[in-house]
Amino acid sequence: MSVGTIWVLAEDAESGVASITLEMLAKARELSDDVVAVYGGDGAAIAEEVGAHGAGSVLATGDLGGALPGPSIAGAMAAAIAGGAAPAAVLIGTTYGGRDVAGRLSVKLDASVITNVVDLADEGGLVGTEPIFGGTSDVKTKFTSDKPGIFLVRPKSFVAEATGGGAAAVSSLEVPDLGATGTAVVTNSFVEQSEGPKLDEAAVVVSGGRGLGESEKYELIETLASKLGAAPGASRAIVDAGWVPYSYQVGQTGKVVKPDVYIAAGISGATQHLVGMKGSKTIIAINKDAEAPIFGVADLGIVGDVHKVLPQLLDALNARG
Amino acid sequence: MKVAVCVKQIPDPADPGALDESTKTLKRDTKLILDESDSYGVEMALQLVDAAGGGEVTLISMAPNNEVNGLRTALAMGADSAILVSDDALAGSDALGTSKVLAAAIQRAEPDLVLAATESSDGYTGTVPEQIAELMGLPSVTFAKSIEAGDGTVNVQRQTEAGYDDVTCPMPCVVSVTAGVVEPRYPSFKGIMAAKSKPVDELTIADLGIDAGSVGWAGGGQEIVAVQEAPAREAGEIIEDEGEAYERIVAFLDELKVI
Ligand SMILES: Cc1cc2nc3c(=O)[nH]c(=O)nc-3n(C[C@H](O)[C@H](O)[C@H](O)COP(=O)(O)OP(=O)(O)OC[C@H]3O[C@@H](n4cnc5c(N)ncnc54)[C@H](O)[C@@H]3O)c2cc1C
Ligand SMILES: Nc1ncnc2c1ncn2[C@@H]1O[C@H](COP(=O)(O)O)[C@@H](O)[C@H]1O
Repeated sequence: MSVGTIWVLAEDAESGVASITLEMLAKARELSDDVVAVYGGDGAAIAEEVGAHGAGSVLATGDLGGALPGPSIAGAMAAAIAGGAAPAAVLIGTTYGGRDVAGRLSVKLDASVITNVVDLADEGGLVGTEPIFGGTSDVKTKFTSDKPGIFLVRPKSFVAEATGGGAAAVSSLEVPDLGATGTAVVTNSFVEQSEGPKLDEAAVVVSGGRGLGESEKYELIETLASKLGAAPGASRAIVDAGWVPYSYQVGQTGKVVKPDVYIAAGISGATQHLVGMKGSKTIIAINKDAEAPIFGVADLGIVGDVHKVLPQLLDALNARG
Repeated sequence: MKVAVCVKQIPDPADPGALDESTKTLKRDTKLILDESDSYGVEMALQLVDAAGGGEVTLISMAPNNEVNGLRTALAMGADSAILVSDDALAGSDALGTSKVLAAAIQRAEPDLVLAATESSDGYTGTVPEQIAELMGLPSVTFAKSIEAGDGTVNVQRQTEAGYDDVTCPMPCVVSVTAGVVEPRYPSFKGIMAAKSKPVDELTIADLGIDAGSVGWAGGGQEIVAVQEAPAREAGEIIEDEGEAYERIVAFLDELKVI
């Protein structure tokens, strides 16, 4: 069974290929016998890893210099399609770079994009599932034209799994002249230092929200996180307030996390926060308002004051050594 | 410097509305308000024009029924004028259709810089800014956390997974801003009064030379095949803290083998 060729946009992470790419490859290979990784860089560098995850081949642009990659990758994809390539679907991760590619490609193909996809199925053509109303309902959407279907897929929707395939065959993808659209250039990259496990990979996440009251109190979250070997996270309210960097944000515009245990302290549980953490295996919430929506998804909910419960919890954990 | 800011007018998120089963669209019958996400773009535009020593901030919006409520809020913050596209043929437009309309309207303002939010509060497709840029043949920088303009270029700090990138881009260009980049000002009483007489240019798609077949339901390239209840999480154990709740958390973490 196969829906035809599926292209998967391959992106880099700090070490190797990004998890979102490997996740999409896992789903793509379930749906198609012909899975192609499309990459804005040196194809040989990723051929082994994407091959092991199910890509039969890699289409790569080669080094893009310092250019912001979106226009180049979208331009190269559109040129290949104009030249006869006919992917049934193009899977693109909902990442900073991914959205740029999807938007530009959509215009070039005059084709709509299905966004916020958390599942894909072959129902006589590809159908995407997207959560709405903070995940209380699911919408299933399909394309009405036979143009390549562009799907923007949310991270953590699928489980990455190596199949043991050999290195993917690399061919080159030509970037056409982009005119003005290709002129944005990255001059410097800054990495925010963070210790401990990464937020979107940690087995335990401890997040704090506005209920902590003031910036200094976020220390309670950091101490608890380090005690549990967890990654500290945050609601957007305290990111916007400048208590913690954006990279801490969990939710629709932040990171999607699916840890074994998620602890939410002083977080109300707005729909935009819930979509980022509802997939956690176990959720513990502490909130002084018994009506807070976060309790609707909590396995253990404590109606109480974070300023009392968290210090007591820390003392108890310290006492255990 | 001329800055065009895309501002979406949306139903009040505090009143989320419901999905109409027959048309598979959100029922929205209340007055629309300025999307909070766009208030950052408006503030950023006002600050950039100030820093440039003068210029003009033009709001660009596509909304049903000639809605101006949200535009008045942004005009009261200090924007100079607005272009509003409203047309029955636009009902059901997807992000690409919306972008075609916005791009055509923006063209009229002949801006040096186009600002939008990274994603709208109600649609959150997050593709519109990039689609506008491609339609207009412009470069773009998405996810800006700060912008400096000068000398025909913008210097942007762009959010990344790991931190941020410094990006340089020649103008004219499109930049999308994240929430929290600047503190949106509250409209003053004077601002609110002044907003009432600021020009709002109301256009239809015919005025923009857009074919009704390329936007709205007719131009949409996708259809909803089903709407289902998502599987709900099982109700958990909720306890009132009487001073010992932390013990329950410790026991729970123990059961889960976290400690
Ligand atoms: C387009 C868009 C995208 C968004 N994306 C995100 C996103 O990615 N992530 C995200 O988190 N949000 C996002 N939001 C914002 C979201 O709607 C909420 O505003 C935000 O999550 C609220 O953060 P909060 O729970 O910390 O604050 P609040 O909603 O203010 O909640 C604070 C909670 O703390 C409780 N509390 C107060 N004092 C105490 C105490 N002493 N002890 C215990 N509890 C206490 C209160 O009862 C309350 O429930 C987005 C919004 C929009 C419009
Ligand atoms: N109808 C609209 N009118 C004006 N601006 C819009 C409209 N739709 C989207 N935008 C702009 O594009 C951004 C991204 O929207 P979206 O792609 O829907 O998430 C919004 O935050 C706005 O700045």
